Formats: sequence, C-alpha cells, structure tokens
Amino acid sequence: MKKSITLYLHVHQPYRVRDYTIFDVGKDHDYFKWPENLDNGNQRIIDKVSSKSYIPTNKMLIKLLNENPEFKVSLSITGTLITQLEKWAPDVLQSFVDLVNTGRVEIVGETYHHSLAFFYSLEEFEIQVRMHREKIEELFHQTPKVFRNTELAYNNDLAIWADKSGYKGILAEGWDKILGWRNANHVYRPINTNNVKLLMKNYKLADDLAFRFGDKNWSQWPLTSEKYVDWINQTGDSETFNLFMDYETFGEHQWEDTGIFDFITSLVPMWLRDENNTFTTVSEAIDAYEPQDFIDVPETVTWADTERDLSAWLGNPMQQEAIKALYSLSGKILGTGDWNIIEDWRKLQTSDHFYYMCTKYFNDGDIHAYFSPYASPYEATINFMNAWHDLKFRLIEKGVEV
Amino acid sequence: MKVLMLGWELPPHNSGGLGVACLQLCKSLAKNNIDIDFILPYEAEHKIDFMRIHSTSPVNFVKFNHQLNVYEGSKYLTTHELTSQQLSYENYVADKALNGEFDIIHAHDWLTFRAGIKAKQVSGMPLIVHVHSVESDRAGGEPGHPMIRDIEQLGLSMADKIIAVSERTRQSIAHDYDIPLSKISVVHNSVDVEELESLDQNNIYDYLTVLKNKGYKVVTNVGRLTVQKNITGLLYAAQEVVIRLPKTIFLVVGSGDQYNELIGLSAELGILKNVIFTGFQRGKAWRDAFDIADLFVMPSVSEPFGITPLEAINYGVPSLISYQSGVSEVYKNCLKVNFWDKNQMANQIVNFLQNDGIAKTMRINAEIELRKMSWDQSAKKLSKEYEKHARGVLV
Repeated sequence: MKKSITLYLHVHQPYRVRDYTIFDVGKDHDYFKWPENLDNGNQRIIDKVSSKSYIPTNKMLIKLLNENPEFKVSLSITGTLITQLEKWAPDVLQSFVDLVNTGRVEIVGETYHHSLAFFYSLEEFEIQVRMHREKIEELFHQTPKVFRNTELAYNNDLAIWADKSGYKGILAEGWDKILGWRNANHVYRPINTNNVKLLMKNYKLADDLAFRFGDKNWSQWPLTSEKYVDWINQTGDSETFNLFMDYETFGEHQWEDTGIFDFITSLVPMWLRDENNTFTTVSEAIDAYEPQDFIDVPETVTWADTERDLSAWLGNPMQQEAIKALYSLSGKILGTGDWNIIEDWRKLQTSDHFYYMCTKYFNDGDIHAYFSPYASPYEATINFMNAWHDLKFRLIEKGVEV
Repeated sequence: MKVLMLGWELPPHNSGGLGVACLQLCKSLAKNNIDIDFILPYEAEHKIDFMRIHSTSPVNFVKFNHQLNVYEGSKYLTTHELTSQQLSYENYVADKALNGEFDIIHAHDWLTFRAGIKAKQVSGMPLIVHVHSVESDRAGGEPGHPMIRDIEQLGLSMADKIIAVSERTRQSIAHDYDIPLSKISVVHNSVDVEELESLDQNNIYDYLTVLKNKGYKVVTNVGRLTVQKNITGLLYAAQEVVIRLPKTIFLVVGSGDQYNELIGLSAELGILKNVIFTGFQRGKAWRDAFDIADLFVMPSVSEPFGITPLEAINYGVPSLISYQSGVSEVYKNCLKVNFWDKNQMANQIVNFLQNDGIAKTMRINAEIELRKMSWDQSAKKLSKEYEKHARGVLV
C-alpha cells in the first residue's frame, strides 16, 4: 500500500461588520458595506487576498495538477466567500471551478456561513449544511461526501450526526490528548458510529507550513522541500499524512517572499519521485485505508490555539453574550420568511465575528495572531451588537414581538 | 548613583498627578539603589524614608499653590515676572549642586527648569529634564504663556537628555520646540496597585446608590473642568446616551474655570437631571466617585499621560478614554475614541452600559493588565539613562 499526502485547504472570508453605530440602528440596515477608502472593508480584502493568494495559488495548483497526474487536493470553500467572489471577483471564482474540473479536486462539505450553529441550533446547522451542499452542486457539480465543521470543531455528537447524514468521512484535529499513544497518520472510526471514518490533521507537519514556514527565528528555518520530504519519510507506522490548513497560508499568512510557492511547487514532484508515495483526496484516503481504532472525543476539539478548544470564539463573557443574543432570535427571524433579514442574521453567525471579540491575543500583544479589522475586541463587539439591535428593530417593524 | 531631583510638589501636599508621579518614580528608583535628594519649593511634613527632602522656602503648600499652580501656570501667571519662591528655589538648587556630591540633575516640568539649567552651569553636571506636560497641553491646544514657552524652550535645549511621559508628549516636544527626536526618550508613567487606598463598605454617594438599585447606571468623570479635559464633548455625547438610556447619570467630579459653563450647557442640552456636579473632591469622596461608577470616561483633548483610568480600574471600573492621551499608549482593555467624535463616544457608552458581557470582559482583562503594571519598569529605564549620562561617561 502506498503512503499518501492528503492535502486539504480551507478557503474562507467572512462578511466583516463595518463601523456600525447606534446612529445607524433603525436607519441603515447594511451592516457589511464599508466605506470604499477603508482597507479593512470586505471588497478591499477580497481584492487583496485574491491578488496575494487566490490567483497565484490557483495558478500554482492547476500547473501542479497538469504536470503531476498523481497530485490531488481537497478544498472547502464557504458560501460567504463564494458570494463575495461572485460579486467582486468572478474570474477568481472561475479559477476554482477550473481546478475542480480537472477531476482531481474534491470539495469538502461544511456550513454555508462558517458558523458555530451545531452548538446552538441543530435545525439551523442542518439548513446551512444543505445550503452549502446545494451551492457546491450548482457551482462545481459535486456533492460533498466528507464533512468538516467550522474551525474543525469536532466531538462525538458531530460524528454521530455525520454518520446518520450519510457522510463517509469527517475531519478533525489530530490532537495528542485525543490520540494518546496513536498517531494522526491513519484512518480512524469515531466512537458509536457505524460507517463514517475520521481523518485527523497532522498538526505538526501542517503547522510547519501554515505557521512556522517564514519564521526566521524557527530552528528549522529555512524549510526546504528536501528536508520536509525527509521528515515525512522518517515517520514510521503511517498511511496518510493529513496536511490540513487554511488555503490563505499560500501568499497571505505566508507571503510569496517566504518562498512558500516555490516550496510547494518542488515538494509535489519530489514526493512523487518515490513510487511508493502518492496523493489522495479526503474521500480516497478514507476509501483506501481501514480504520485502525475507535476515537472518543466527548469534549469539543478545534484546530485553534494551544488549548484546541472553542475558547478563541466563546471564551469570554462578551462572546458568550453576543452569540446567545444572536441565536435567541432564531425562531423569530426564521418566522419572518424575509430572506434579507434571515441572510443578514446568518452572515452574523460567521465564527470570525466572535474571534474578533477574543481578548486572549489582545492581552499578549500578539498582533500577528490577532487578525482583526477592529481596533479592539470591544469595538468588534460594539459593532456586532449594534447590528443585532438593528435586526431586532427590523423584527419589531414587522410586528414581531421581541 | 546620586541624583539631585528637582520637583514642584509631593503628596499629600499636591494639586494633581505630577506630585504622585514624582513620588512613585523616586520610590522605585530608590529600590534600584539610586540615592535621591529631592528639592521642594515649599515647607511640609512628609513620611518618606527612601530619599532626602529639602525645602527652599518657609511658605506652606496651600499658600504656595495659590500663588503658582503647576498645572494652570498660564492662567495664574498674570505678569511676566518670576515669583520670589522661584528665585529662591533656583539659588538653593545652584548652591546644592555646587557643594553637594551628585552624579546627575533631574528636573521635573517647566517650574524647575531654570533651577536645573543654573545647577548645570555652576556644577557642569549633566541635566535630565522630565516632561509631564508641555505648555500647549495645559493651554488646551493654544500656544500658552510666552514666558513659560521660553523657559521650556531653554530647558529642553540645554538638557543632555529629555524624558517624556508618553510618545504623544515626545512628539509634542519635538513639534513645539524643534528638538530632535533622538534626544527624547519615553518613560511611561505607571501605577502600583498596593499604593492606592482601598475602599470601605459604604459609598458616600447615597443617592446614587439608591438610583443604581433602581436600575440606573453611572458614568463618572474626574478631573479639572477646563477646556483640555473636554467635558463639553462628554455632555454632547451624554445627550445622545440619555435619549437611548434615560436611566443614566453622569457624575462630574472636579472644579475649574468651566464649572458654570458646563452646568449651563447641561441645561441647554436638556440633561440637567442626568448630570451631577460634585465640585473638587479628594479622599473618600474622590475614591467613591470611581466606586459608584459603571464606566469612567476621560475624553480629554490632550492628556500627556492621564493616570485616572488606571486608578479607576483599580476600583474595578473600566474606562472610555480618548486616543489623545498618553495612557492610551499603554492601556489596552478599554474603549477608545477620538475626543472630537461625540457620536462614537455615545455609541460606545450606550453599548457598554447595556451589555454586561462587554463590561465584565473588559473589567476582568483590565484588572489583569493593571496587576502587571508597576513603576519598577519605568525606574529601570530611567536608571539606564542615568548610567548613560552620568558625569564622566561619554554620551
């Protein structure tokens, strides 16, 4: 049996809430339309990320696909990004379609709005998963068979849900506390499930690229593809190396001048030079390898921070109050049947909004980890809550009791 | 290291933050084995054992302060003459510099600059001047008093090194007096939690306590009622807040030349019922004004440092401060606005008061931040400057 690299990239942009004050509440219902001169605005960010990351990365990937018949990649792409690309960068969206048209790119299922709805409203969660599936089918003519939840947030209940919903696989962080003596380089089965299989991220190898690649203070800098392939080859007892990361690693988190594009371009043929090596999409990895053991995850695990929990999104009282307020409107918002209100409410569910309210990095002064369009987590909360007040205003206007 | 330190006031005989900053800084310097002779222009009792204090005039603080207030120099200085206190201060310092054993002279703010220059001239010792505010700060953005500007210009030019209490002040010095930035270093003010007096059981503001039990929220400002402090801006924002949250009280603690004007403005804005003016307070009434507050606001037009938000969080109260303050360079877990943006001020106050999540998160994190602060960091930075500039060492 060949050893494979399962490369999975997550592509996403939120609709950031603009500087939205109490003076806008009840008057202007567009929370996401930024003044054009501001760099943090949604359209400006789509422009910037497209030119720094999406365009050059897709160019690189299509070239790699054309030149290496065994190269494969899996992508998840959120609804909130797709609609922004449709509006502001249709050519970039087309380049994703071109990738999928090669037949060697698999799209992974998730929530349309990159939300944490699974933890607050199963009904809403399922609607968003369906919305995403339909969008993917319409755009890429593919039906996702493997599921990833927002921020790779995973627990036993999610696995059971995916099993019942007919997914063949689900993705999670290969966190040591879950794995114990086992390693992430095999396929596993979630506890209490019958069919679904679990692929777990090799966070060490993945984060070498996603976080450490360009860090000149890292003891392994500069990382060459020779060295990286050597590390993988030295890892015994392995079947699939699950390199899961943000797509924006290429060109955005790691700028072009770090050499990240050259690295991947030389990594792919170098890995394939050994005929015992290959690439698999997530479905192929799941089909190819038998589950080695059951995995039990009673507490939610994510791919973020040293804690690997949801604390970056829901760790402080401000975040908890904001998300509770948002979901407390669920029934009433859905009851209006007004697509505009429902969609605005869903855009506010995107996990990034709660991440901007996180105080952990803010205190450490770690501005690199603290990726936010706002001056502080408090301003993020204020803009968000004003938008929430406006949603309430719109409900009242419709005669809904709130 | 022996330092001849020139100051204009020390607590408890002080009229504001300069004295507090000097005292805390000297205390931490003493811990770093810095030997300090502190020269004061008035006679007073101090319970201080970590440095020697010398008085240059038999006048007591109350009388002295009335004649020459360090903060409102431009207002009280009606002539262009120096006072006799200032002259005797200079002579005393020059004599001390000539006959004492010191390594360096360290002068705080314009009132001591002439003495510092004279001491440097007679002794050849290096002079460090420490700027807690410049004249344009105190004059609320106006140029201020020409004589004071002259003294500041001279002191800043003659100094071997300038210490500014914030980056903002550093830029003002460079801008107002054409001093190269390389000559100016920032040593931020700080606060030592254990130095602040604690609260007792009962809050002195009984009426506000009753209102709070009825669901009212209190927003406090503590400071002089002058243009620099921008209470007018706060009142305009307050009007917008009260429209949305009628159960809000603005507690304005302090006195100053705008007192009557601000009461008039409150009436004009229709929020007289929501604004309470207490006049100048110290001690328990001062501390309890923080304690009763849900939010402290410092909306200053210009604040070289501005320590009160840190005192507020010591009493468990988060702050909204203007970006135009030095403290905004070091204090993170608070709300920040541009002083002129009354809508943003109202927006943030309203959200803060109606969202317990924001209030709680900010308080928890700001308290963590406060516990990490200490004058020791500032003293260490300053000690390094002393080493660099002390006599006999090449600059």
